[in-house]
Amino acid sequence: MEHIRTPKVENVRLMDRTSSKKPVLGTLYLTATHVIFVENEPETRKETWILHSEISSIEKQATTAGGCPLLIRCKNFQVLHLVVPQERDCQDVYISLLRLARPVKYEELFCFSFNPKLDKEEREQGWRLVDLREEYKRMGIPNSCWHLSDVNRDYRVCDSYPTDVYVPRSATAHIIVGSSKFRSRRRFPALSYYCKDTNASICRSSQPLSGFSARCLEDEQMLQAIRRANPGSDFMYVVDTRPKLNAMANRAAGKGYENEDNYANIKFQFIGIENIHVMRSSLQKMLEVCELRSPSMSDFLWGLENSGWLRHIKAILDAGVFIAKAVAEEGTSVLVHCSDGWDRTAQVCSVASLLLDPHYRTLKGFMVLIEKDWISFGHKFNHRYGHLDGDPKEISPVIDQFLECVWQLMEQFPCAFEFNERFLVHIQHHIYSCQFGTFLCNNQKERQELRIPERTHSLWAHLWKNRADYLNPLFRADHSQAQGTLRPPTSPCNFMYKFWSGMYNRFEKGMQPRQSVTDYLMAVKEETQQLEEELQVLEERLEKIHKIPLSHMPGKRDSKHSGLSALTTPTVVNTPQDSGGHLKPLPSRSPSQGDDDSALILTQENLKSSDPDLSTNSDQESGVEDLSCRSPSGGECLPSEDSGKDPDPDEAVFLTA
Amino acid sequence: MEFSELIRTGRAEALLLPGPGQSTVRGTLCITSHHLLLSAGHGSPSDLWLLLHNVDAVEKRVAGNSGTITLKCKDLQVLQLEIEGLGETLDIASSIEALSSLESVTTSYPFFFRPQSLRLGDAEDLYPPDHFYQQVALETDAWRLSTVNRDFQVCASYPPALVVPRGIGDEVLARSAHFRQGGRFPVLSYYHSTNGTVMLRSSQPLQGANRRRCAEDEELLRAALALGGQRGLVLDTRSAQAVKQARITGGGTEAKAAYPGWKRLHRPLERGRPLQDSFVRLVEACTDPSLSMDRWLSRLDGCRWLTHVKEALTTACLVAQGMDREGVCFLVHGAEGTDATLLVTSLAQLILDPKCRTMHGFQSLLEREWIQAGHPFQQRCAHSAYAQGRPKHEAPTFLLFLDCVWQLSRQFPLSLEFGEGMLLALFEHAYASPFGTFLCNSEKERYLCEVKTKTHSLWSSLNQSKERQRFCNPIYSPNPLALWPSVEPQSLQLWAGKVSFPVPLPALSIGSALTGFLPTPNSRPFPPMDSST
Repeated sequence: MEHIRTPKVENVRLMDRTSSKKPVLGTLYLTATHVIFVENEPETRKETWILHSEISSIEKQATTAGGCPLLIRCKNFQVLHLVVPQERDCQDVYISLLRLARPVKYEELFCFSFNPKLDKEEREQGWRLVDLREEYKRMGIPNSCWHLSDVNRDYRVCDSYPTDVYVPRSATAHIIVGSSKFRSRRRFPALSYYCKDTNASICRSSQPLSGFSARCLEDEQMLQAIRRANPGSDFMYVVDTRPKLNAMANRAAGKGYENEDNYANIKFQFIGIENIHVMRSSLQKMLEVCELRSPSMSDFLWGLENSGWLRHIKAILDAGVFIAKAVAEEGTSVLVHCSDGWDRTAQVCSVASLLLDPHYRTLKGFMVLIEKDWISFGHKFNHRYGHLDGDPKEISPVIDQFLECVWQLMEQFPCAFEFNERFLVHIQHHIYSCQFGTFLCNNQKERQELRIPERTHSLWAHLWKNRADYLNPLFRADHSQAQGTLRPPTSPCNFMYKFWSGMYNRFEKGMQPRQSVTDYLMAVKEETQQLEEELQVLEERLEKIHKIPLSHMPGKRDSKHSGLSALTTPTVVNTPQDSGGHLKPLPSRSPSQGDDDSALILTQENLKSSDPDLSTNSDQESGVEDLSCRSPSGGECLPSEDSGKDPDPDEAVFLTA
Repeated sequence: MEFSELIRTGRAEALLLPGPGQSTVRGTLCITSHHLLLSAGHGSPSDLWLLLHNVDAVEKRVAGNSGTITLKCKDLQVLQLEIEGLGETLDIASSIEALSSLESVTTSYPFFFRPQSLRLGDAEDLYPPDHFYQQVALETDAWRLSTVNRDFQVCASYPPALVVPRGIGDEVLARSAHFRQGGRFPVLSYYHSTNGTVMLRSSQPLQGANRRRCAEDEELLRAALALGGQRGLVLDTRSAQAVKQARITGGGTEAKAAYPGWKRLHRPLERGRPLQDSFVRLVEACTDPSLSMDRWLSRLDGCRWLTHVKEALTTACLVAQGMDREGVCFLVHGAEGTDATLLVTSLAQLILDPKCRTMHGFQSLLEREWIQAGHPFQQRCAHSAYAQGRPKHEAPTFLLFLDCVWQLSRQFPLSLEFGEGMLLALFEHAYASPFGTFLCNSEKERYLCEVKTKTHSLWSSLNQSKERQRFCNPIYSPNPLALWPSVEPQSLQLWAGKVSFPVPLPALSIGSALTGFLPTPNSRPFPPMDSST
């Protein structure tokens, strides 16, 4: 490719930031899609693959005697610290990456060249996996009060909304269009979630263009229609997720918020979630704390507090809790908006839906939730996550915060979610990776114009295919946490908000728990299942043998006793395992080490970066067995960015001095 | 009997207000010599049995003809009782205050607690004095069991039997004991069978301002080093500055010149009053309803508790790494050698020795490195985080140890045979218990009070199969290797199980979640303390 000035640099050193381990020597390759570092170590040849679209910044530091340091920071929080021997090579790599990491056309993104070798039918099926019409049907829509409106056909009313919008039956096209003219970017109130049990709904929109005194009859009628669609309640909440000050400032620009006097029977509420700029700098500050070299506890806690990150996370969750409570307990409908209604509104609506409906806590349901509240309602993935080179001020970790809210809830309710932490981490990875078309563009209209489903693959299908990796073994559909509304405790509960090191420090393996309960339990579960299947086969066979008249048994006649002994013999002979093993509730696991990693390397190369793997480092020193090979079917193992085992037993990481 | 004099009103009608994990109970409240009982009727399952010794602070409020008593317990639970009658409220409050602050050991509840399922003296043979020596003797015959302290004459806080280098006679030990604070001469704490290095512990040498020496003490350490390797490291759990000050009052540390082969390292660990303050502040911060998220982390930092956890783990890792990787022998001590010293030696063993991570091995470790080693439980755990008034000798060193173990269990969730429930139970029992295990300050006191013959052992209760299953880690799989924890701040967490009592938590513990997953009849995560009464 024309932007690659040098495709290969040898004798590059990869430094380890957190421990005092020796740097590893290897070769750096630049390809059209990836940066690849291959270690020289002949036994492992460990490879690190990084997609160009994953790179968030490249920093070239002052040349030292040892070479020229190059820092590559990734959007998935990996930091690669390389030292290139020749300044000139470093400069070439630097310049090449600067360009490669900032594509200007969608066609440059990896998803257009990514080919997982699926046939057309399979790919189309993948795109149909998540079906929002199905989802609204599941909620009970259309019904007597709500229906699917075609008012936005061909994106005539609002170009950042989907064509399928659900609105109250009583809201005529005239009302909708009128209301849309009174809302920022014409994002009129539309249904996000409907609660069958209480008839209450969550609707979303952008801010009204109310200024200091403007009114709009149709908008007032629209809200009234939403309120009336819930006959059980005589009022509705309007939740503005912005801090009051921000909302007031918007009034001067002819925007603002609903005046309670103008709208009949609404209760207006500010929630105070900060805007994308505050969130961007908050994440930046937190990542600086994560990058500190052996910080003291005070450095860390002060830095974390100073970043404000956990405060923001709590604000989003609190907003979700407020709405969920209104819908589930008070049976009152809620209209949520912020400014444009595509960032904070998406966060808050999806958190509330997750709290309200156990379906969204399942693997499939969670995909549907993201599809519904984020993708279809026009969350600007391209701008927020910098897929194409653009305004850096548009970038903000909006959906990252939503994923963290989910993680915080998973920590509080370990049995409530069908999926595990890895699922969230992989989704986060692919939001930035652009390997699948799912998160491309800013809205449905753009995706349609680019014919995304015809030209790229769906992430959901990929995740669904590998769902065994994403299951939470503690989840049980009949558990109390897996039913009804989740009610996170309210104050004082600050101590329940934790730093998510599994996300922000996930490439610092030394900091992660060395043994995974999830992987262990999944392995046990699988083994139990296999044994049970085996048991069933044997029982069936036993039954069959019982049915054979005893006279037909070779060499045995009449005697009941001898017949029985004949039955047991073949059974035992044909069983590879000790038959006593069936009785054990917990089959003893044999630690499987060593070979597992090699299996991981043998995966299709074009899938190389599709899953940032979390668990392939076997840590022999700490006796942590590698569980990643648990899939008996083999082939489908997770490809990994840094597969290959660590030959160097982990040093005691605590010795920082 | 003296109890009856303290009970001003034995009975009243009361209402227990619902709290986290508690339901409302309305019924008759009864104060007995050792318990508060609130019963709704005949054998109702929601009956409240509270060991009065568990009460850390009593707050009373009266309004009209009734009153509210808030009992803040040492295990950090908070109970609110509404009591009918003004006089009754005041009388009951003062009865609880009087009974809960009794200091006499022999009239304490363990001397009256007689569960049907246990026999007195059950635990006699569980961890006999020579238990540790027998294990060491399997590996090497370089060490011997000395009974120089059989009548507690040489050291009041040591047990009667101690493991010392074989070549060192009892008279040398007695001399060395004279040179050490409280007579705590260097003894073997852990023998690392992989490479034969050893860890010793003691108290500070009585060096004083004029730098006294003791030939026998030097001989003892020389002999120990000769057995364990060539290089030795004295890990002093105080700062160099603190040692200097200690020297003025007669203490000090090992002079390099006097102990060839031994080098010195200072790793200051917090102890005593500052540690207690840290604990109090932590509980305050976790239960402060007015504290917003904006200020939570700086408040948490202000408590310093996590810093203490980090320091303790770091120091233990240093010792463990030195022994395992560098082949260095260690002598660990601070001043008295009964607090931070034990914290370090016991954690280092847990890191290195897989045997300590079993249910039995952990109990044995606690028995040897905390109870028999003379950690003054009675003084340290006299009060917990709620007590008013000046603390005297209180310090949550043992709780800090449990917290560090919890951090290990979080980073290596499969490697410990016991679960979080066990650690929480140990915390509760250390502060208030129907068992005699954590009574008194030393083996000598326990001997004088006849604790072993007149009270039941917590261990024999825990080892009953029903209890055992409850405290086991259902996903334990033995791990023969050392556990090197990460001590980065990102890897350490606040142990919420410990502080969560005062607030409602839906489900924090993975342990309770596992209940449904694995076939263990493991029902209640937090057992009441004396269900058998």
